[in-house]
This record gives sequence, C-alpha cells and structure tokens, in this order.
Amino acid sequence: MSTFLFNQDNEEKFSALLERYPDKSSLMLPSLWMVQYQEGWISLDAMQFVAKKLGCSAMDVYSVASFYSMFLLQPIGTHHIQLCKTLSCMLAGAKTLQEHLQNRLGIKAGETTKDGKFTLSLVECLGSCGTSPCMRLNDDYIENLTLEKLDALLEELSK
Amino acid sequence: MMVKLVSKNFEIPNAHTLEVARNHGRYASLEKLFTMSPDAVTAEVEKSGLRGKGGGGAATGEKWRLIPKNSDKPVYLVINADEGEPGTFKDRQILEFDPHLLLEGIINSSYAIGAHHAYVYVRGEYVFWINRLQDAIDEAYAAGILGENILGHDYALHVTVHKGAGAYICGEKTALLESLEGKRGHPRLKPKGKEPEWFFGNPTVVNNVETIASVPYIINEGYEAYRAYGTAESPGTMLFGISGQVERPGVYELPYGTSMKEVIYTLCGGIKNGKKLKAIIPGGSSVQILRADEIEDITLDYESLKAHGSSLGTGGMIVMDEEVSIPEVMKNLFEFYHHESCGQCTPCREGTGWVDRILAKILAGKGTQEDFKIILDACDMLNGKTICVFAPSVAFIAQSYIQKFREEFEALIK
Ligand SMILES: Cc1cc2nc3c(=O)[nH]c(=O)nc-3n(C[C@H](O)[C@H](O)[C@H](O)COP(=O)(O)O)c2cc1C
Ligand code: SF4
Ligand code: FES
Repeated sequence: MSTFLFNQDNEEKFSALLERYPDKSSLMLPSLWMVQYQEGWISLDAMQFVAKKLGCSAMDVYSVASFYSMFLLQPIGTHHIQLCKTLSCMLAGAKTLQEHLQNRLGIKAGETTKDGKFTLSLVECLGSCGTSPCMRLNDDYIENLTLEKLDALLEELSK
Repeated sequence: MMVKLVSKNFEIPNAHTLEVARNHGRYASLEKLFTMSPDAVTAEVEKSGLRGKGGGGAATGEKWRLIPKNSDKPVYLVINADEGEPGTFKDRQILEFDPHLLLEGIINSSYAIGAHHAYVYVRGEYVFWINRLQDAIDEAYAAGILGENILGHDYALHVTVHKGAGAYICGEKTALLESLEGKRGHPRLKPKGKEPEWFFGNPTVVNNVETIASVPYIINEGYEAYRAYGTAESPGTMLFGISGQVERPGVYELPYGTSMKEVIYTLCGGIKNGKKLKAIIPGGSSVQILRADEIEDITLDYESLKAHGSSLGTGGMIVMDEEVSIPEVMKNLFEFYHHESCGQCTPCREGTGWVDRILAKILAGKGTQEDFKIILDACDMLNGKTICVFAPSVAFIAQSYIQKFREEFEALIK
C-alpha cells in the first residue's frame, strides 16, 4: 500500500482530465507530472499510487517514468540548472559556461551541491538554438547566456 | 525576401490574446469554413500542395484523405509540438506570438477530417509556451470558439494540451502516439500500405504545429494564393530557423525556392565576426552536412536540397565558421543520438554509442586508420533493419561528415 496521495488540487485535475481522453491510460504522463510538482520528485511509493489510479502495475509506471529524462526519480537541489550542451549551444560557447558553473558551484554535471541548493544537469537541445547558449532554471528559460549573466544569476540565487 | 503568411502577427504586441488576435484577422476563416463541406476543405488543402513542416514534407491533403469517411470510430487530430530536432526553434514562435492562429488551424483541420477532439503534444521543457497555449484555449472556450456548437454552428471541437517529458524520439509520430497513450515513446512498426495513424485504435492524423498554422491562410485566400509562393513541388512558405555563427540568427518566413546564400549573407548578416563559412547543416541535425563550396546554387526547397545530397528537413539551419572542428561537431551530435535512441533496435542502441566512443578516441589523439572502417561499418549496421528512420538518418549524416571532411579526421589521426 502506498502512503502517497494527490492533494485536493491534483485530485480535481485528475478527474477533469479523465473526461478528456478516450482511455485513462493517457493519464500516465499527466499523473507523473502532478506527482513531481507536488513532491519535487517521483518516489516508488508515489508510483504505486499512480498504478492504482490507472489500474496498471507499479512496474508499468516505473517503466514509463524511467524512460523520460525530465522525470526525477530522486530528489534534487532547489535550483535546477539545466544547461543545453547540443550543437548550436556548443558553437555559442556552452562548454565555457559549463566549466564556469562547475568551478563556481564546486560540483560536476549531474551533481548537487552539499547544501542542497543547486543541481547542475547537461541537457540536449532546448529549442532555443537561435538565442543560444541557453539553459533552464527549474521551469524558466534563460537565453543568450553570458558569463556575466550567469554570475549575476548565481549571486541572486545564493542570497 | 520574407513573406509573412504564418508569421504575420508575430510582431504585433499582445497578438497572443484573443481580442488583439481577432482584431488582426484570427478566426476570420471560420465563417467561410462552415459554408464548405469537410471534403471541400480537404480538397482546398490538397490543391494548395501544402507539405508537412515537421521534417518529412509529406503532402498534407493526401494524408487527411487516409481517414476513412463516416468512420464509426471517433477521429482524432494530434498536433506535434515536440520540437526537439537540434537547430529547430520555429514552432515555439507560433505558440508564443500567435497561439490563436494554431487554434484556428486546428478548427479548420479537425472539421475537414471529422475530428471532435484534438490533442497538442508539447515538449515538456516548453512550460512557458504550454501556458501560453492553454491561456489561448481557455479564452477560446469562453468565447464559444471551442467546445460545443462553435460560434453557433453545428460542430463541436475540444482541444487538450498534453505535456511531454523529455524524449526526442517522441517527436516521431508513432512514438508520440504511444506516449500520448501513456507508454514509453517507442516508435511502432510501419504498416505495409498507406493508412492513417492510430490513437487507441482510432483513425488519427498527426501534423506539425506549423503545418496546421498554415491552413487558415489557404482557407481564407484559396489554394491559388498559397501556390503563388514557392515552387511547383514546394508551394508556399516555411519558417526557417537559422542558428550558429551568423550575425543575425532567428526565425524567418520565406517562400520555398529562396537562395540559401542570400538568406545567410543578406537576411542573417553573414558569418559572425567577419569570418568565413565552413559548413551548413540545412534542415536540423538529422540531415547531411554541406560544405561551403556546395551551397552556391542551393535554393531552400525539397528539390534543390535533395539534388545536393541533403534534405530540407525542419528548415533549421546551423551555420559553422572556418574555425569550427567538424570532428567535434560530429562527436557532439553522436552524444545526442546515443542519448536519444529509444533503445528498441540493437543496431541503433549500440551503433550510436559505438561511433560516439570511436570519435572520443579520435579526438583524444588515439585514432587509427582502422577507425574509419569501423565507423562506416557501424553506418551499414545503422542503415539496416530498424523500426524507425532515426537510425538510417544517423548513418547518412555520419557518412556525410566523414566523406566531406575526411582531412580533418586524418589530421587528428596523423
Ligand atoms: C526521430 C524523429 C523525430 C521527429 N521529431 C519531430 C518533431 O519534433 N516535430 C514534428 O513535427 N515532427 C517530428 N518528426 C516527424 C514526425 O514523425 C511526423 O512526420 C510529423 O509530425 C508529421 O507532421 P507534418 O506532416 O505536418 O510534418 C520526427 C521524426 C523522426 C523520425
Ligand atoms: S531506430 Fe532507434 S530510435 Fe528508431 S525505434 Fe529503433 S532504437 Fe528506437
Ligand atoms: S542546441 Fe541548445 S537550444 Fe538547440
């Protein structure tokens, strides 16, 4: 038995979404998103809850959750820096930005700072190639990145 | 040089809100639409020669015709807003600046194929654009433009936004449908003959955002007006996204047939910092690279790029100057493809990683002549029997890098 439960808001969203698809299995991704926004990540416990909601096995839920790179299967830092590393951003100097971030934060890509404040991830093309280099900070896009812009941002976030 | 059919309202402040959108012509096609039969709408789109803007360039009208008439099953329209092909950033402009144009196109297209529910599958990273679109949908419902009896007519349509979760392969239409059904994004085996797509076993059309956003102009102005732009085989316009080392990167709407050189040297202001051009990837990272000396006569249409051994793809052009290391570019892309292979087919899952490792070795100065053969053998394997075209595309691009820039690889091997 899982101990995780949707909050009221998500329960209502779930019921409303049920009406909008021919089959409730379509609610897999929306449900995983709701879990992640509610908890910050997706635990095995929450996967059992989703499985029950959708009438499938917890293994089915795990198999889907682990396929998609945006689903977090473990907790991460408060500020999630997702720096694009793909070609247009590479041509615009993403590598320099990566090294700068690693030095300033004292972590490598894929790691979280000890105080739990920052997680640094390298991600693939974010669809901002014309305004590269770019990154996402949690859900927000920051484009036309420069070292100065990054420093100002880190300053602000470290306060 | 630019022609604004789809991007007409992009620079109008607040054109994403219903009031401003309506003042600038949005939803004007609906009055005409409901005087036409669904079949006549499809015929108009067919005659316009509209081609899909998601990368494949398939004829849109022809695709809509695959939906069985008077089907006893519900029909669905699914909009592909997964936009993950490196170098491509055009659909988000429509979502950001003119979401009502997309909704208008969705109404036109759904009416034509007999759909009463459309899903817009947007990549998970596009949170800002998902909210933009949802706000537009909410406004449209409130104004009676979506829902039951659209603007008092006997036609109902619902639109639902579905958020992806970070998987490039979900842009492939059958992987997208699997994902929409709540599964892993695994492409499906292709049927032998022509048939529609299937969403929970129901006949479905999948179209790119820009394709659908091109429909209202065709309905409003007629197919001949659309055909007045572009070439015979590539009628109309396309949003071209130019990134990399040019002075003015960005998205430009151009008629097909525009000179590539002119776009780069005039519209985009030439190569950054006065440097020389080395290479261009013309249609998103999954098409063959072109050397500077190959682009002289190229025009931006399906025919010309095909004749020059590449493809128009998504129209996302990545421009590289003389200082760029092509082996590094190739390594960057193979990291991408290795990471994004869905893993169903062994040649694709293993082959992409294999080439990636060989390239790492070459870049570390430890390459040998033997490595060329290994890469080209891996390409043969990738180009074999796989479920989707991801692997063959990767093979073709790898061959183009090695063939066209062999001396750069040789220099690293010494
Ligand atoms: C690996 C792969 C990725 C794709 N990614 C996208 C994408 O992000 N957006 C898109 O519209 N089409 C993408 N496509 C093309 C779709 O499969 C499909 O052809 C397209 O959405 C059909 O719409 P259209 O005819 O309007 O272009 C991709 C294809 C492949 C093989
Ligand atoms: S070719 Fe690659 S991406 Fe396509 S189905 Fe096979 S493993 Fe997946
Ligand atoms: S390559 Fe970074 S956004 Fe496209």
